[in-house]
Formats: sequence, C-alpha cells, structure tokens
Amino acid sequence: MQFLNGITLLLVYQLVGEVTVRLAGVPIPGPVLGMVMLFITLWIRGQAPESVEQASSALLSHLSLLFVPAGVGMMAHFNRIADEWIPITFALLLSTVITMVATALIMQLTTRWLVKPGAATEEQGHE
Amino acid sequence: MNEPGLRDIWVYLSTSPLLGLTITLVAYGLAYRLYLRADSNPLANPVVTSVAMLIGLLLLTGTSYSDYFEGGQFVHFLLGPATVALAVPLYQQFSRLRQLWLPVTISLVCGVLIAAGSSIGLAWMLGGSTEIQMSLAPKSATAPVAMGISEKIGGLPSLTAVLVVITGITGAVLGTKLFEWIRVKDDTAKGIAMGVAAHGIGTARAFQVSSQMGAFSGLAMALSAFATALIVPWLVDWMQALF
Repeated sequence: MQFLNGITLLLVYQLVGEVTVRLAGVPIPGPVLGMVMLFITLWIRGQAPESVEQASSALLSHLSLLFVPAGVGMMAHFNRIADEWIPITFALLLSTVITMVATALIMQLTTRWLVKPGAATEEQGHE
Repeated sequence: MNEPGLRDIWVYLSTSPLLGLTITLVAYGLAYRLYLRADSNPLANPVVTSVAMLIGLLLLTGTSYSDYFEGGQFVHFLLGPATVALAVPLYQQFSRLRQLWLPVTISLVCGVLIAAGSSIGLAWMLGGSTEIQMSLAPKSATAPVAMGISEKIGGLPSLTAVLVVITGITGAVLGTKLFEWIRVKDDTAKGIAMGVAAHGIGTARAFQVSSQMGAFSGLAMALSAFATALIVPWLVDWMQALF
C-alpha cells in the first residue's frame, strides 16, 4: 500500500504540473513543474514520507530503462542520420565532451571562489 | 499448430502492446546483467546494449517502430513520474544545495549556453543543415523538454528524442574518465556536470557512482530543463541574427 500511495502521489503532482503548465502557457514541461511543487511540499513538511521515498527510489534506481523506447526510435531516423552522419556524430560527441568538462571546471572553480571553506566541506570518500 | 495459426498469433502479438512492453523489459534485463558481468564498465551501458538488441530484433522480424512503441510507450510514460520523483533526492541534498546555490546557478547557465551554442556551432561548421542544427541544440535537456524546444525552433522533435538519448549515453560512458583527466574529484561538481550535459541517462550513471553525485546530477538535470527552455530559443534567435 505504501508503494501504491507513493506512486499515486507522484502521478497527482505530475497531473497538477501538466494542467498548470497548459493553463498558464509556461514553456516548461509539466513533470518538471510537478517536481518543483513536490520539492516545495517536502520542504514545508520538513520530511519526505516513507511512501514517496519508496516510490521515488523504485523509479530512480532504473532510470536508464525509461530511455530505452526513445533510443529504439533511432531506427525510424536511420536515413536522416546516414545522410548527415558527420555533423551529427562530431557535433554531438564534441559538444557533449566540451559541455561536461567546462561545467565541471566552472562548478569546481566557482565553489572554491564563492563558498567559504568549511561551509561546504569537500567530501571525497571514494576514488 | 499449422502455419496460418502461427501467423495469426504473430499478427495479434505485433499489434498488441504486450510484445513491445515485454521485449523492452527482457532486453533491459539482459543488458543490465551484461553490465554487471562487465564490472559496471560504462562502455557496457545497459541503454546501449538494450537499444541495440531491440533494433536488431525489430529489423530481423520486420516490425515497425510504431508497432513496437505501442508497448514501449508504457515504459516511456514513466519518464514523467520519474522526473517528479527527483524531488526526493533533491530534498535530501537540500542543506548542501543551500550552501552551493551561487556556484550551481553560474555553472548551470554557462553549461546550458555551452551545450546549445557548441552543438549549433559545430554542426554548422561541419555542414549540417539548419534542421539538424536545431534538432541538436536542445540535446542536453531531458527528452520531453528537448522535444518541445526542438519543435519551437524548427528542428525535428522525434530526431531530437534520439539525439537526446545518444547524448545521455555519450555523457554516461565518457563522464567518469573525463573527470579523472581534468582532476575534478568533488562529487557535487561531477554531478552538476553530468546532469547539465547528459540529463537522465547521466543521472542514472551518477547514482551508480554515489548518491550525492546522483542527487546533484538530478538537480542539474531538472534545473537545466528550466534553463534550456528559457535560454535556447533566445540563443538561437541571437545566433541567427549574428550569422
């Protein structure tokens, strides 16, 4: 029952998010707004209920499974990808690498500059 | 059982969601086992292997993507509640987030600009059509957001969905090695970079490294969905005016 309650609550937040986004004409996706609203609720309550925690970790522990059907969609675009494979492959690979490296370095530098040492301790428990 | 009987069963199965849903879960289950067998090597990312298995199977049996998606959509649908569920790890990291809000904001805005700007710029330099450039621009945002933006700026939403998945896989596969090379050791910085560059697939990978990296990756993914929706259409207008 706990798990079912948790899932129901997640779906209710998504539904409210979708409806709000459509009514207000905001250019963000419904689930993202739902997430923000759930976050605010947890913040106000001061704790995450067991049911929501259970449902959330069940969904997030296999997050990558949820991208599989979209990935298979590649087969519907084989022609397009074959026609322009050079710009697609290189732009995608390079851009992802550049973004990842730049963002990590910017985050590291700005944390060092802007956050008082001790306030945010550098936890390096592993590797 | 005679020939027509078998064919009837196949006709029924190929138009019912049961088969698409079942093969998605079976393929992922196999791919995940393979990934564990390979010592969680990022190169054996379960999304890559299961997508490859499924495409192979569909091509072999002559099944169309839309028939497969009849079943696949049930898994695809869960992306919505999973996005909402990100609020929980986010809430659990809240105290740390409060200390880091300024660096996080700066990294996020820069990351989104770099992701979109570099993909448009690189695709343009390499001779990609405008349609391809626009389909690539939101590739680092999570699928539903990216598809919406792609449509708005003149890309192909369904192609964008595919590029989003490939981007996520690229980030998940290369991420940990890249962080090693540039000597970034802090899990918060690694998580933010994963989430900004490689959305949900990167986040799934980040959770395998540590729950802190996962939470910050989820945070960055959620916030960059906002930022991408706000920044990318504006950036595209600006770049088109410039060239």
